[in-house]
Amino acid sequence: MEQKSLKKQYWHANLKLVAGCLIVWITVSFGFGIVLLEPLNQVRFFGFELGFWFAQQGSIICFIALIFYYAWRMNHLDKKYGLEED
Amino acid sequence: MELKALTYLVVGASFVLYIGIAIWSKANSTKDFYVAGGNIHPLANGMATAADWMSAASFISMAGLIAFLGYDGSVYLMGWTGGYVLLALLLAPYLRKFGKFTVPEFIGERYYSNTARIVAVICLIVISFTYVAGQMRGVGIVFSRFLEVPIGLGLIFGMSIVFVYAVLGGMKGVTYTQIAQYCVLIFAYTVPAVFIALQITGSPVPQFAFGSTVQGESMYLLEKLDEVVTALGFPAYTDGTKSTLDVFCITAALMIGTAGLPHVLVRFFTVPKVRDARYSAGWALLFIGLLYLTAPAVGSMARLNLTQTIQTGTVGAETGNLAYEERPEWFKTWEKTGLLQFNDRNGDGRIQYYNDQNPDFANRAESFGWNGNELVVDPDIIVLANPEIALLPQWVIALVAAGGIAAALSTAAGLLLVISSAISHDLLKGVLMPHISERKELLAGRISAAIAVIVAGFLGYYPPAFVAQVVAFAFGLAGASLFPAILLGIFSKRVNKEGAIAGMITGLVFTYGYIEYFKGLFLPWAGAPWAENVAENWLFGISPEGIGAVGALLNFGVAIIVSQMTAKPPPEVDELVEYIRYP
Repeated sequence: MEQKSLKKQYWHANLKLVAGCLIVWITVSFGFGIVLLEPLNQVRFFGFELGFWFAQQGSIICFIALIFYYAWRMNHLDKKYGLEED
Repeated sequence: MELKALTYLVVGASFVLYIGIAIWSKANSTKDFYVAGGNIHPLANGMATAADWMSAASFISMAGLIAFLGYDGSVYLMGWTGGYVLLALLLAPYLRKFGKFTVPEFIGERYYSNTARIVAVICLIVISFTYVAGQMRGVGIVFSRFLEVPIGLGLIFGMSIVFVYAVLGGMKGVTYTQIAQYCVLIFAYTVPAVFIALQITGSPVPQFAFGSTVQGESMYLLEKLDEVVTALGFPAYTDGTKSTLDVFCITAALMIGTAGLPHVLVRFFTVPKVRDARYSAGWALLFIGLLYLTAPAVGSMARLNLTQTIQTGTVGAETGNLAYEERPEWFKTWEKTGLLQFNDRNGDGRIQYYNDQNPDFANRAESFGWNGNELVVDPDIIVLANPEIALLPQWVIALVAAGGIAAALSTAAGLLLVISSAISHDLLKGVLMPHISERKELLAGRISAAIAVIVAGFLGYYPPAFVAQVVAFAFGLAGASLFPAILLGIFSKRVNKEGAIAGMITGLVFTYGYIEYFKGLFLPWAGAPWAENVAENWLFGISPEGIGAVGALLNFGVAIIVSQMTAKPPPEVDELVEYIRYP
């Protein structure tokens, strides 16, 4: 029983982490790069209009960071719940 | 040394390298053949995934597409990288934990049904052959342009190389050659980009050059580009022409399509542990990002360079346009290939390159005495001709040829391998002959890989119309059929076989039907497409390239509703889902 509820907690923590990451994912690409393009383009970011920058450079950088962040947090969760592989 | 000889030397050396790796990494078991023994280091797998993923289209065509699409080209940049987030967070670790060999195998076991497995095999084969034919075409084109051999001969060369390392080495051979191919292609892509960036902005890093000022001026590159292209009636580079909804749907379709492509998914079966699968996806996207962050920079700089080469002075001034007689050397070279075409419509001996489809610009063009756009530029030229435009040494040109071939071969090999494992492992071992010995299965794998190579070669030589529609087709179908089935299989215990099969078929038929309706690809007796492929005819204004996103939604909806109305999956499935959720 103990084992089961621990696993449940682990799964919930995982789902929460995934949901958080996906919100960031959707915000930087579909949000900043597409839907909010016009208003963000009023802002200058170095030589870019900010919305355009997110669409062609910023979103990709965020994606890479997101995956590494997720991997790092998940490995941490594995340890915390004693679910590490040998 | 002469350019042709140098190109032969560089391309030949890369081939010797690939063959050497193939001999060194021969597969000895089905586990070697399907998943490279399951012990590839996550960083190495990331590199192999990057080469597997980046095709002839990424290497040769993408920068050029972006150069002429401007903001609209962002759909490819975000779509083809954003999918890796879905892959890393939602699929890769669980598929690794599942720990078997193929994607249809997962679908078959999770939905306790050979029918589901066969539907997945069909989706996989349609997607992969569409995709691989395009790669073979790319190999042939690179051969014929750089080495001046006929396309057919080029194809035979390319096929033989893939044959050796895919048939002999299976996934193991493919993985190690892909690592070498990644190094070749990224080096070949970066070197010309650095030189172009230096020439145009003075910054050696293309990614920074993209946001820098133009050499010797105070204007930023993108501002300058907007000014130069709008003066010729083109839409501003940083503005889009597609509707927001369409951009949204195309990006979404490419993302879920990426996450559902079997040859990418299977790469995550090759790492030793679940945590390796997580990091591996990060490494893969980092290596992909090196090229994908360079491409938009190259695109914008090349567009500026090209436009200013033609429009040398004030727009409309009598001597503002380049005289055809004074065209540079690279112009002549690429005219021969048909990638650049000049037609002196107003007979003034000068080249006018402008947007003659823009009604607001028509009056001005007429007052200049211009009689229509005179230059047709194939987007592929942006990457292929870059080294010559930037006056780089000949070894760089030879390197670009080797890079293009590496990109095409690595993707082709990955695709051929998933086709062969779907046939030998899913159809033969899984459904038709469950008691086949491992040695025979391995032999069947090699034979089906060999046949797949030959079929792909033929499709490359006689490309059917659908090959040009890889984007709509392969991605749309992968996203609308496989992605939802796998995702639901992991995150829901309730979705059952009836739901999954109904969902996959709905997604497949709807997406295929929509694309067929506007493009008329497979049914030649229908003559032309049923309806003209223009925004007015599209469902909610969504183009065939973006319809996979709607297909995926339908798949999800149907799968969930049908599952609710039919019996729960058996308890073993509950256990399987529990098993894959925890590392």
